[in-house]
Amino acid sequence: MKTLLAVSGLALGLAGAAVAEKLLINGAGATFPFPIYSKWFSEYNKLHADVQINYQSIGSGGGIKQITERTVDFGASDAPMTEDEMKKAPGVVHIPTVMGAVVIVYNLPAVTSLRLSPETLANIFLGKVQNWNDPAIVKENPGAKLPDSAIAVVHRSDGSGTTAVFTDYLAKVSPEWKSGPGAGKSVNWPVGLGGKGNEGVTGTVKQTEGGIGYVELAYANQNKLTMAELKNHDGKWVNASLDTVSAAAAKAEIPADYRVSITDAPGNEAYPISAFTYLLVYKDQPDAAKGNALVHFLWWAIHDGQKMAQALDYAPLPAPLVKKVEATLQSITVKGRAVLANRK
Amino acid sequence: MQTASEIVTAAREPERAPESAPARVNVPDRVWSGGLLLLGFAVLAVAAVIVAELVRIGGPAISHTGLIAFVRNSTWDVTRDVFGALPFIYGTLVTSAVALVLALPISVGLALFLTEMAPPSVRSIVSFPISLLAGIPSVVYGLWGLFVLVPLLRRPVEPLLAKTLGFLPLFRGPPIGLGYLAAGIVLAIMILPTITSIAIEVLQTVPGTLREAALALGATRWEAIRVSVVPYARAGIMGATMLGLGRALGETMAVTMVIGNSPTIRSSLFSPGYSLPAVIANEFAEASGDLHTGALAALALLLFAVTVLLNIAARLLVRMSRRGPTRVAA
Repeated sequence: MKTLLAVSGLALGLAGAAVAEKLLINGAGATFPFPIYSKWFSEYNKLHADVQINYQSIGSGGGIKQITERTVDFGASDAPMTEDEMKKAPGVVHIPTVMGAVVIVYNLPAVTSLRLSPETLANIFLGKVQNWNDPAIVKENPGAKLPDSAIAVVHRSDGSGTTAVFTDYLAKVSPEWKSGPGAGKSVNWPVGLGGKGNEGVTGTVKQTEGGIGYVELAYANQNKLTMAELKNHDGKWVNASLDTVSAAAAKAEIPADYRVSITDAPGNEAYPISAFTYLLVYKDQPDAAKGNALVHFLWWAIHDGQKMAQALDYAPLPAPLVKKVEATLQSITVKGRAVLANRK
Repeated sequence: MQTASEIVTAAREPERAPESAPARVNVPDRVWSGGLLLLGFAVLAVAAVIVAELVRIGGPAISHTGLIAFVRNSTWDVTRDVFGALPFIYGTLVTSAVALVLALPISVGLALFLTEMAPPSVRSIVSFPISLLAGIPSVVYGLWGLFVLVPLLRRPVEPLLAKTLGFLPLFRGPPIGLGYLAAGIVLAIMILPTITSIAIEVLQTVPGTLREAALALGATRWEAIRVSVVPYARAGIMGATMLGLGRALGETMAVTMVIGNSPTIRSSLFSPGYSLPAVIANEFAEASGDLHTGALAALALLLFAVTVLLNIAARLLVRMSRRGPTRVAA
């Protein structure tokens, strides 16, 4: 018994020593990019065995809160921080990592492709267009077998970045939406049923003939849902795909701090309901070892990491944007000293 | 919250607690009872801390809206900081009521059958799946509700109800499937084992002499149950019901998956609604700003208040029914 205890004690001691050598970086935030982030963290750990990154997907709101209180080394959010939030956390920079999109899914067995203009889409979610054979929809879909049945609108019931991006788009294209429900993570929906999470919305749409709802592109791709074609800012009909989402960031005007909505972005190819997701880090890192490792990881993420995005249904950042983010990363300092200043 | 054992003892001793003899006091006894007292107060202290914290977080939202307006308004618009809790209170009460109406007759009937009529072999076969029901996680109930019950309700149950009982405002409107009725049915299944198992324990405390006396007087089996067994156990069954109700009021996951999550107040059971726990669970993780978080904390406080009020009402009911025919029967 005694020897057993001694041996296990020794083993614990060894394990403890091994752990102590590792550098542990903690992060928390958005759930949407969690699959790609966990892939990145494990791949990066294979390359740099001494760096281990922990990530808790507690939601964007929680991520912003924790980085503001400095209880984590980095935060993550789908929506950029607001002015108020920035004031509470001076020195936070946004690093766009990948892009996602919100797609419109519907359930009409006889209709294999559906086109919706911004006005019609907003009117459906406002409850003004209530029937599938409404003249507005028929005009955009000549030849489609649109049934004479009610439209069952399905939205998210939980507060989510997906809702924030979708309502931000509706508020941009419809003044009535802007003055009505407005944009936010949870809004006062004029019509419809609430489903919890992407899976709740999908489940309800799938079960309800005549249902229409919005989910993340990655989710829709993985579950092979039928998506509607939307009209973008330039008046072109586009399907949601990783290419059209990346295209939305290519021509959009992006400020130096990246805090911008790229819904309804210009460009022939641009998918109109696209968005960045961000990592949030302090511009001056307080901890030398962690700061160093974090900045190197971010550099890797916007270069090598981007190649893993497509397989997981995230759109990679377009090349010109990567150049910009490089400059931002080079400006990050660790205890006042730039880390990546000379990196090309 | 009343505990199961409390209910059972209450039923077992309908008269009054036996008078305690003046015990000899010694030191270990003192320490022991002091320690227990401390533990007892710790439970109260935890409840008090929870309330205090909810008041602290929810206070700003309540003073922003005004307490009465918060409880009475029916608009919940987070982007404009308009918070009205009425649709959630309504949804919580309606779904729980539907659950009770469905579950109570079945559970009591089941408990009576198992204690009074069923042969012992049947009893063990039937009571196993009942206790199994109690162990199923609520998210599983929710999924079952969403994928099995809701399509069934959409077709054929709700159209059929509308055709036969459509003269009542409860059964009108388009058959969506998701809504108060779906949530109520799922809750009924969830509270069924709670009520049944406690009712069984209560019924088992009914002295055999009562039954025998009734039978000896020429009562049929049904009359014996009606006249002697049920009145004796009434208080305990009431307590069991309240435990079930408590579970129904606080159930979150299963309800949010099938209730439709729409903060509206409709008379029809077919319409989608919302409940207090569901909205808290849905919006808390991504609550935007202190006011929104505060409003959700205030909802939690409201849920707490509803539960406490119903528990007080239940205690009064139990006391009243204990005064009544129980005495006569016993």
